[in-house]
Amino acid sequence: MADYVIDDEIDITDVVCPVTFVKAKVALEELDDGQILAVRMNDGEPVQNVPRSIKEEGHQILKLLSNEDGTYTLIVRKVEE
Amino acid sequence: MAFSNEQLERYSRHIILKEVGAKGQKKLLNGKVLIIGAGGLGAPAAMYLAAAGVGTIGIVDADEVELSNLQRQIIHATEDLGKAKVQSARETMERMNPDVTVNPYRVFVDSHNILKLIEDYDFIIDGTDNFPAKFLINDACVMAKKPFSHAGIIRFKGQLMTYVPGQGPCYRCVFKNPPPKDVVPTCKQAGVIGAMGGVIGSLQAMEAIKYILGVGDLLTGYLLTYDALKMEFRKIKLPENTSGCAVCGDYPTITELIDYEQAECEGI
Repeated sequence: MADYVIDDEIDITDVVCPVTFVKAKVALEELDDGQILAVRMNDGEPVQNVPRSIKEEGHQILKLLSNEDGTYTLIVRKVEE
Repeated sequence: MAFSNEQLERYSRHIILKEVGAKGQKKLLNGKVLIIGAGGLGAPAAMYLAAAGVGTIGIVDADEVELSNLQRQIIHATEDLGKAKVQSARETMERMNPDVTVNPYRVFVDSHNILKLIEDYDFIIDGTDNFPAKFLINDACVMAKKPFSHAGIIRFKGQLMTYVPGQGPCYRCVFKNPPPKDVVPTCKQAGVIGAMGGVIGSLQAMEAIKYILGVGDLLTGYLLTYDALKMEFRKIKLPENTSGCAVCGDYPTITELIDYEQAECEGI
């Protein structure tokens, strides 16, 4: 059972670096402090880099869920600076 | 306003920056900068601002593109010879970035038109090459409470300073009055290394961008000088007390704009 409620979701499987992170970052900027974003991304380069970049921005990574189809969903809590 | 995928890609290197982000890029797209002079300084400043997605760029110049301009005024090309500089500049900027609206003003600034010209802009870039225009721009920006970047280049040297109302000295605090006619050579007489406009004009664009974003420290209260031959930058602290200045001081004696006479052989 999930201990969070997703406020917004975004799919970045149709773009490549660096637009992957850019799209996630823009979606996070739209949220309020503490809100939750779900980011669906491809395996490989995105899953290696996007969570790290989001963490470097100061946001909180809650979970990385495998969708069992070559994509992952990253659950992020927005942390306002 | 939401970004298109093309915009996210175009501005990705900006948006990734912590100091910019989507919010900062939106500020740039909503930003309005007026560049006075489409020459050695104005050319690189205009191009960087256009590439950065500054949404409205005004450019002021009455001249036409001449062959002797092309050694440094990189916004104009050989096929633009004879064209109005503002038109040539506009075409280059619009080719670089369709997000930018360019307002061309084919005039020289004077005491009658300058306040109207600067009225709608957030930040002014002085890219002119003569003292009458530099003092006029300073006085007008002080009176209209507009921030601006001053710069000058000659031979292998360049300088710049930033004025923000209430945040330090203006150009006239430092230089008082234009020098007597023909005492100081213009770059037409003295020459200027082309890349100097690139260095100093790009710094002016950077000041405009930082001002719009509201990040970092501007070059207020300092004069930055660059000597290319010595490869030396100096950041000179200016006196903080501006109360005695003839235009921005407590009891200004200059309350109307002045059209100083230009030296005989001056020209862009």
